[in-house]
Amino acid sequence: MAPRLRSVTNHRTERVAVPAPAHADPAAATASVRGLSRRFGDRAVLDDLDLDIAPGEFVALIGRSGSGKSTLLRALAGLDQEVTGQVSVAGPVSVAFQEPRLVPWKRVLDNVELGLRTGDPAGAAGTALSEVGLTERASAWPATLSGGEAQRASLARALVREPRLLLLDEPFSALDALTRITMHRLVVSLWERHRPAVLLVTHDVDEALALADRVLVLGEGRIAHSSPITLPRPRERDHPDLIALRLRLLTQLGVPAGDTD
Amino acid sequence: MFSTSRLASAEGTDPPGSVQTADAGAAIGGASGITPARPARQARRFPGWYRALSLLVVVGLWQLASSTGLLPASKLASPASIVHTAYTLIITNSPTYGTLQGSLLASFERWAIGFALGVSIGVLLAILTGLSRVGEIVADPILQALRSVPLLGLIPLFIVWFGIGQLPKILFVMLSALFPVYLNTFAGIRGVDSKLGELGRVLGLRRGEMIRHIVLPGALPSALTGLQLSVISSMLALVVGEQINATSGLGFMITQAQQFLNNSVIMVALIVYAILGLLLNGAVRLLERKALAWRRDFGA
Repeated sequence: MAPRLRSVTNHRTERVAVPAPAHADPAAATASVRGLSRRFGDRAVLDDLDLDIAPGEFVALIGRSGSGKSTLLRALAGLDQEVTGQVSVAGPVSVAFQEPRLVPWKRVLDNVELGLRTGDPAGAAGTALSEVGLTERASAWPATLSGGEAQRASLARALVREPRLLLLDEPFSALDALTRITMHRLVVSLWERHRPAVLLVTHDVDEALALADRVLVLGEGRIAHSSPITLPRPRERDHPDLIALRLRLLTQLGVPAGDTD
Repeated sequence: MFSTSRLASAEGTDPPGSVQTADAGAAIGGASGITPARPARQARRFPGWYRALSLLVVVGLWQLASSTGLLPASKLASPASIVHTAYTLIITNSPTYGTLQGSLLASFERWAIGFALGVSIGVLLAILTGLSRVGEIVADPILQALRSVPLLGLIPLFIVWFGIGQLPKILFVMLSALFPVYLNTFAGIRGVDSKLGELGRVLGLRRGEMIRHIVLPGALPSALTGLQLSVISSMLALVVGEQINATSGLGFMITQAQQFLNNSVIMVALIVYAILGLLLNGAVRLLERKALAWRRDFGA
């Protein structure tokens, strides 16, 4: 069954079928980007970028700061009205932002439930909270949560919408190292259970290597590099394949080999 | 180099040979559980009645100055005689002043009607101008122009338009309550974090839901600040407005007392105004505590 394509460059509620590009199988991709460009003044941050994300695929996108990672994510989320080109996503999209963006005047459960249009929003939100291990904080105010708890609430809010595409915009970058590892495991287990296609934007090469099926490097406004990773999870950080790939990626990012730890 | 599985033992999921890392994990958890600010704040806290002490000393000195004749009663009555006057005004219905409670009720009624009207209109206008650019273009310049007219200067005009009855006084209170709440609510609506607006779009909120769940609650802290300012300015408007040809209320009491050079009645009326102001301010603060319970500084 072919998923229904829609253009996310338009408003979310508009569901526009877009013609599939000739060189890709429209039924196969959950997200498909063709000829995407975005200029800020004179600078082309995205320049004729093409990208396909397969159903259930975990893609990590890395790049130097200012390389347009977040711009691409915002285009996929339908938050950037100024992009040109074609973006089509099959099915609902959810976003977890870098700052968890919990609505401060809504308790955790109400945050997860916000805008949910299923039959039993409260029940679904409760289930999502228990999946991220946050049942006890359901009636807490967001201001009282720790960074990790807030990010878990944000994940629950993204997942409860049962997205076909889950966009993660550096959600773990503000967390301490131990919390980040816990969150990586949580994300992998949630992804294995729900199988959305994931686009993780990160500047952390190790995070990309630990989580993704495919690591993309954004450079010069396009996908400059793409490496599949087939190792099973959880992955040893010092697996020989990953060491080699880490060096390749860092070189791609313009970091000389001697500078790595 | 460490592997993720070895580090994970810090969470206690990997028992063999992980005693030290497990301890480290516990220490980190323990350290983050301590909030050092709390004991320090408790140490500085005094019982509430301590704050009344300095006030009591001043009143004591005042009484002393009056009793020794240093402060003549014709200029300022002593605290004791003010209390006595208040008591007399409460228990007797004098033909000159009426009763204190009757005057208070008349004044409060004037204030309450004007304040309720002013705040309602202010909030409605702020929602109109805050949510729509057209509304802003149409209504905001008018409101800004009206705001820059000194309200006290309107009194003669109000007397010409509305006479000297209840109406100009209520309208005067209404106008003075309207602007602070309007301006702050408008600023609050426009100041709502745009990132939350983006979140609303990502969550697929409809326009009505966006206003109800994101915009209005986000504007509430600012609107409540406006409400506090409205209480202050409308109380001021009440005091000034009801001294003009009033036939009832605290202002009437003051103008009568002025004619009879009775400064202790004037003092009673002023103190009642002050207490009324304090109570209303306290009510708004209470409302703020209830409505903004989600803020960390209000103790969730």
